[in-house]
Amino acid sequence: MSELAFFIDYSRCIGCQACVLACEECDTHRGQSMIHLERIDMRDSVQTAPQVCMHCKDPICARVCPADAIKQTPDGVTQSALKPRCIGCSNCVLACPFGVPNYQSAIDQMMKCDYCYDRTSAGKKPMCATVCPSQALSFTTLEHIERTRQGTAINRWVFGDEVVETKVYVVVPKETQEVRPDLVQLGGKARHEPFDVAAMLEGA
Amino acid sequence: MLSGGGAAVRVRKEPDLAKLPDTITNLVARYGPSLHSEPERGWQPIGEADRLVKTHCCFCGQQCGIQLKVKDEKVVGFEPWEDFPFNKGKLCPKGIKRYMQSGHRDRLLSPLERTEGQGFRKIGWEPALDRVAAEMKRIQGAHGDDAFAVLTGASLTNEKAYLMGKFARVALRTANIDYNGRLCMVSAAAASKKVFGVDRAANPWSDIPKAQVLLIAGANVAECAPITTDYVWQARENGAKLIVLDPRLTPIARTVDLFIPVKPGGDIGVFNAMLHVMIRRGWIDRRFIAAHTVGWEAVEKMVEKYTPEYGAKIAGVPASLIVKAAELWGPAKTSFLLHARGIEHHSKGVENCLAAINLVVGSGRIGREGCGYAMITGQGNGQGAREQGQKCDQLPGARDIDNPEHRKYIASVWGVPEGSIPHKGLSAVPLVEAIHAGKIKGLLLLCFNPLVSLPDQGFVREALEKLEFFAVIDFFLSETAHHADVVLPGSLMEEDEGTTTNVEGRVIHHKKVVSPPAEAREDWRIICDLAKRLGAGDKFNYRSTGEIFEELRVASKGGVSDYYGITWEKIDQQMGVFWPCPSLDHPGTPRLYEGGRFGHPDGKAHPQPVDWRPAAEEPDEAYPIILTTGRTVAHYLSGTQTRRIGGLVKQTPQAWCEIHPRLAGGLGIADGDFVKVESRRGALTVPARLVTTIRPDTIFVPYHWPFDRAANRATIRAIDPVSKIPEFKICAVRLSRVARPDDAIARLPPQAGGLS
Repeated sequence: MSELAFFIDYSRCIGCQACVLACEECDTHRGQSMIHLERIDMRDSVQTAPQVCMHCKDPICARVCPADAIKQTPDGVTQSALKPRCIGCSNCVLACPFGVPNYQSAIDQMMKCDYCYDRTSAGKKPMCATVCPSQALSFTTLEHIERTRQGTAINRWVFGDEVVETKVYVVVPKETQEVRPDLVQLGGKARHEPFDVAAMLEGA
Repeated sequence: MLSGGGAAVRVRKEPDLAKLPDTITNLVARYGPSLHSEPERGWQPIGEADRLVKTHCCFCGQQCGIQLKVKDEKVVGFEPWEDFPFNKGKLCPKGIKRYMQSGHRDRLLSPLERTEGQGFRKIGWEPALDRVAAEMKRIQGAHGDDAFAVLTGASLTNEKAYLMGKFARVALRTANIDYNGRLCMVSAAAASKKVFGVDRAANPWSDIPKAQVLLIAGANVAECAPITTDYVWQARENGAKLIVLDPRLTPIARTVDLFIPVKPGGDIGVFNAMLHVMIRRGWIDRRFIAAHTVGWEAVEKMVEKYTPEYGAKIAGVPASLIVKAAELWGPAKTSFLLHARGIEHHSKGVENCLAAINLVVGSGRIGREGCGYAMITGQGNGQGAREQGQKCDQLPGARDIDNPEHRKYIASVWGVPEGSIPHKGLSAVPLVEAIHAGKIKGLLLLCFNPLVSLPDQGFVREALEKLEFFAVIDFFLSETAHHADVVLPGSLMEEDEGTTTNVEGRVIHHKKVVSPPAEAREDWRIICDLAKRLGAGDKFNYRSTGEIFEELRVASKGGVSDYYGITWEKIDQQMGVFWPCPSLDHPGTPRLYEGGRFGHPDGKAHPQPVDWRPAAEEPDEAYPIILTTGRTVAHYLSGTQTRRIGGLVKQTPQAWCEIHPRLAGGLGIADGDFVKVESRRGALTVPARLVTTIRPDTIFVPYHWPFDRAANRATIRAIDPVSKIPEFKICAVRLSRVARPDDAIARLPPQAGGLS
């Protein structure tokens, strides 16, 4: 059980964007960053979340592609749309539950995080997980994560009735079996505790 | 007009005419900052590099290991260096993009001379160096040796820092040399020296994850020392409790066990009251105090009155938070205290650090595995550059310039009479004040952009305008260099070889990756050429920086920061060597104070009692809000380098003002509005960012930008009486909503001080 895998630990992210800037340094897509860094709620929180492609075991993006342009490698890495096949319809962009694929209008093609395939297939770590200062992104073994982290690593997501298993793991509080995203009504208020320094000072 | 000798000297600048040689708009158009957004050969795949050079990042005191990728003698990219033990391949955005300085269109490629009304014109090296040396001689001849000053930086290698100190004392013979580490590290340094007798982080970073409790005071770790984050998180994974003290909830504070939103300048209220509680509850290591300290009784007596309620009033936080902090810190078996500029940038910066250190001394948790204390060095060589003798009060080896024994030893290394070495000169802020007062008439500046980084920018500008002669060595034309008479094009870190000393006290090796472009030269060669012209050539006969390091080793021998046993080969073999390293067979000293043995002659720690006092300028009716300043992750110091790198500017194009919605609401300010931040000294206009993560009585502006976007327009020229650090963290301001500015400065690109 020493296979290297990709782990995201949102509780570690400091929002520095090292991943975003490092991604565009990769030789296969130089100048084009494939990772998203989400700011959750800038006014109330400094929480940020990096989002790489989760590399679903049965990728929804590929299932919905009318041109059969999205392929998975035998080792489970879902790649950017194939240039000769991609028709730029953006079905994948709409279908992905993680918001990963990026339609590039300049080249009329979908591009996305490809697990740094040039690096990982040659025994190197992905660029973002190598440089990440907080190791919110890390490329290591499941054993190592279980030994050195308080949380537990899981790769099972439940979106309503849809269950998705991914190649990429997320580190979540112990005892958690699967991630059930708390679906927020569009336009509604996120249900999280804001960090309000004024309230802290009042002892609230 | 050139001046080869004394006769043809041109004394320019009537006081009223003395402005810039051209408009700022024109200077920016010609010399930038412009953005380098693509690597030298474009974004095409690099393929196989010609070579990968293992070296270090130039931005910030952590000095992460990095491999720079070279193709056709150009730096075209990087590869993480996973074997380097400090960062193991990790890099922040600045490190990732540092290579984009290479081949930058703003790069200074030949010496320049000020030409009134036209900016600068190219001149040759010989006339440029001749003119600088002639002006030095003329000014010193007319007004005395100390009338010509030198200002340097803490981003210089140890070799260059050493060379600058020697140049000032031996070639120029001026007492007035100081450096921009004066704006950074000196409060922590002074406090550490007073208590422990040594000025260095006491522990290697590998001790951080072994501590049961961490106290992080005034350190925006996630943005200013990003790689340290993983060490902190690893401590948390191991079960450590984390306490963060800061007026702003920064990313490192988001998940901590206890966040204390201390009022700027109120830190002593927290530290002293924590100690008060620890004494009451018996969480003091009496055996350690008795065996290894002197003066503890005075500390205890001082904190008697610091009940949690008394401390809370000073700190502006609920007393319960202070009690909780004491309960987390007090009974722990192991602990690590980290602090940075947040408690150091004060007119009581040294006292703030002393009060923090008392929590370490009282607990007895130092000098052991997992028990430590460190200041987080800010600048690239923040540690090393303060040891090699470029501070106004120091000689190499962190020696005291007024100590007869120290002077004698260094005189023997330099081969000069002891009496010829000047005594203590002026530190950075008083030095600029002496320029303003007309006492200092000439200035040589290297690695410093005081027009952005010093407080009270309007005053600094006036001072620069009063100089009779001003020479700058730099690789880009900084805002300060706009005022220069002669600009000499120097070298980037990757264009020269040398050492720096990282945040842990680990001496590391920067490799020469490529040569300086066109006519640019290595800084040390420029200094040696000037020394020759000043008649001190025999003392500056170096053929390489390796030879300078060999002399530095000897000069530091027997000093506090002893590098004698460090060689470049040993650094490469060991991946860095921690000083002190007194002999060639010595492995270096990662952890100081083992066995409770401290740096003072009596071997004891000397804790100091500290009583709180107010800042130089507290808010009042006219200026009711506290302005505090700091950094952001994408930029380094005054931004001379990072404001020229496309990816970093895209990430953070301009300054902003953080305001709590409660404060903003009362002033009718909405998110994104432009606000004028105005103090008694000056004003700046930036967009408002409404966040609940800051105290409602405090606003924050990052300081990396110039002109009307400069936080230091408002800051106060008050300094700590001991360390002389400026009070960047508190001044009184008022805040108002204004229309978006549309003047010439506002129309500049954001990285130049305009608006995006």
